[in-house]
Amino acid sequence: MGEEEGLHQTQLLDTMFVRGLKRKCFDGEEDIEGTLAGIKAIPSYNLQRQSLLDMSLVKLQLCHMLVEPNLCRSVLIANTVRQIQEEMTQDGTWQMVNTQSTGQASLDRLVSTDILCRSSREQAEGKLVPDYSTFNKDFESDQAQDSSETMSTASSVQAPRNLQSNVWEMENPQENKGSFQKSLDQIFETLENKSPNSVEDLFSEVDNSYYDLDTMLTGMMSNSKMGHCDGLETFSSPTTTTSSSNCKSDLNELDHIVEILVES
Amino acid sequence: MELHRRCESNPKPSGETGGSSLFPKRPGIARAAAMQASPQCPTNLPQPSSEEVTSGADIISTVEFNHTGELLATGDKGGRVVIFQREPESKNEPYNQGEYNVYSTFQSHEPEFDYLKSLEIEEKINKIKWLPQQNAAHSLLSTNDKTIKLWKITERDKRPEGYNLKDEEGKLKDLSTVTSLQVPVLKPMDLMVEVTPRRIFANGHTYHVNSISVNSDCETYMSADDLRINLWHLAITDRSFNIVDIKPANMEDLTEVITASEFHPHHCNLFVYSSSKGSLRLCDMRASALCDKHSKLYEEPEDPSNRSFFSEIISSVSDVKFSHSGRYMLTRDYLTVKVWDLNMETKPVETYQVHDYLRSKLCSLYENDCIFDKFECAWNGSDSVIMTGAYNNFFRMFDRNTKRDVTLEASRESSKPRAVLKPRRVCVGGKRRKDDISVDSLDFTKKILHTAWHPTENIIAIAATNNLYIFQDKVNSEMH
Repeated sequence: MGEEEGLHQTQLLDTMFVRGLKRKCFDGEEDIEGTLAGIKAIPSYNLQRQSLLDMSLVKLQLCHMLVEPNLCRSVLIANTVRQIQEEMTQDGTWQMVNTQSTGQASLDRLVSTDILCRSSREQAEGKLVPDYSTFNKDFESDQAQDSSETMSTASSVQAPRNLQSNVWEMENPQENKGSFQKSLDQIFETLENKSPNSVEDLFSEVDNSYYDLDTMLTGMMSNSKMGHCDGLETFSSPTTTTSSSNCKSDLNELDHIVEILVES
Repeated sequence: MELHRRCESNPKPSGETGGSSLFPKRPGIARAAAMQASPQCPTNLPQPSSEEVTSGADIISTVEFNHTGELLATGDKGGRVVIFQREPESKNEPYNQGEYNVYSTFQSHEPEFDYLKSLEIEEKINKIKWLPQQNAAHSLLSTNDKTIKLWKITERDKRPEGYNLKDEEGKLKDLSTVTSLQVPVLKPMDLMVEVTPRRIFANGHTYHVNSISVNSDCETYMSADDLRINLWHLAITDRSFNIVDIKPANMEDLTEVITASEFHPHHCNLFVYSSSKGSLRLCDMRASALCDKHSKLYEEPEDPSNRSFFSEIISSVSDVKFSHSGRYMLTRDYLTVKVWDLNMETKPVETYQVHDYLRSKLCSLYENDCIFDKFECAWNGSDSVIMTGAYNNFFRMFDRNTKRDVTLEASRESSKPRAVLKPRRVCVGGKRRKDDISVDSLDFTKKILHTAWHPTENIIAIAATNNLYIFQDKVNSEMH
């Protein structure tokens, strides 16, 4: 389902973008599932622009882990994202206050190839880069809400588990990276198919032991969809549509939670 | 002139020769002229079937003729370089002139690992440039993302025989058996081509090297990565001079990268570099040591009617080439090739549409990353025809004088040995003729990114994924 709709949507986006029109009448948010399937109506400009933004952010994330990504491509995609963001700012559809920090942070990170690739390595090794601590803790807190075991035993087994995870990494850094890579590949493949629902299925296939390792978790999470709320919403509830208002409010809430966590 | 494809294994004369124009008189009508091309794989692997997945290491990543056109070098993704040599023309078989056969194969670059960044450095050969020949040996520069190497190619076809102290196998003779002295003589042996690395220019680049260009002074060359251009002396490997640096103080402000660069063919102080925003900068090294400030900026204002979110991406210049005369520059962006006059900075003098039918597909091409494909472009020897590759194994030629253009296909299925290449057409709806390809059935995995034109004759080399096609015009000696 996701794949076909994604293709259909892209074809419509092509039709949209070829005219070079920046404005169409605002039809309001359309239900993707319902109307796109059979109707030839072009989705609203906002929705398409949002689609392009999502696609671009995913592209920036999905850089190869082993080889340095193409800087030219990253810069061109980042410029496209900036262009969309600027336009959305002018429209007033981009809420500046809280999201700009995260949007900017993700954008800045994505432009800098060094940081992007370094981050994936460091997170695989269990170091939290300060820029990403925001999102890392988001996912940890979300995960904590869902799996009670983590929360209840957090305090007591925190120290030995960290030690264990560190030791585990030192002994098998290669295996760690290999399995990590495999999980990432699965994630990338899924994300490229644009079917967020299957992300949950994906995680059910992954060995549960990974969830016990903070480092593995943060590594995987931070390399999946960071830019928008799809990843976040996967844990809370399966959703297929990403309407911008939901996304922004979720991010706002998480920022709030993060601030509390950081301060404590 | 018509383009023909030659069969490597069975050269025989085929009959009449073609007409006098570059393009067939009427599209769709094949004239049986004796143009041949050989489909030559850079390695001796068995020929893959048309549906077979190409093995990654064999994908050709660069093609370059040397200054006489006698040698043709190809680099591939596996770090290998294969050099082809043109057979000398034989008076006995006038139609068997100039077939290219494998001359030498060597491993130029190996995969490396950057321990500091925990990243692999690909061994893929990004560019090869030949040095002008100064003695019996040939030299070329080959580069991957980080390291440039100078290779010397020499021939050995004689060896000395008749030593006094050593026997034929090289073992020392028993001196008691030596009764007389002899002078060693040179005897012919099977031709052996030796390739040795003479210089390794390492650690000059933080970012990925995208171009190298040898200066007309034959002493220096430059290498360009995404953000910097370095000037090297061919004999000095531990030092290079940085001549262009567009890295912003804060990497978060980065919006533009260098995509290609080249030295002027005659003026050793001039070079040009292109950017991802579609601009060209001509720099004069006499002006200052660091040429961040350009002498001339070539930029065409954007067409407002075609504006979209992809405008910048498709304006990114993927290749820039000076004409042989040095008067013009040729640039390739995603949908067009443009000819610029060095004296006019405001707009190109000529613009040719390569595949404008893709303009309505930009979003799909963005999604599958095809929009980032970097096509190269080439001039012919007299600067009258320009050539560039496209998708579906098509390549395009534009005659600057007659303003005619042609689309041809480089594939085994469509080109039988010694057949004339049939012009192809992509239809965009409306009337569809026989043999037309519709836009939606184009194969975007079959892209011709790398092409090269012989410096003087009408011989072209086309790299189609892991196959190399060489097309030539039989009648070339009589015209141009």
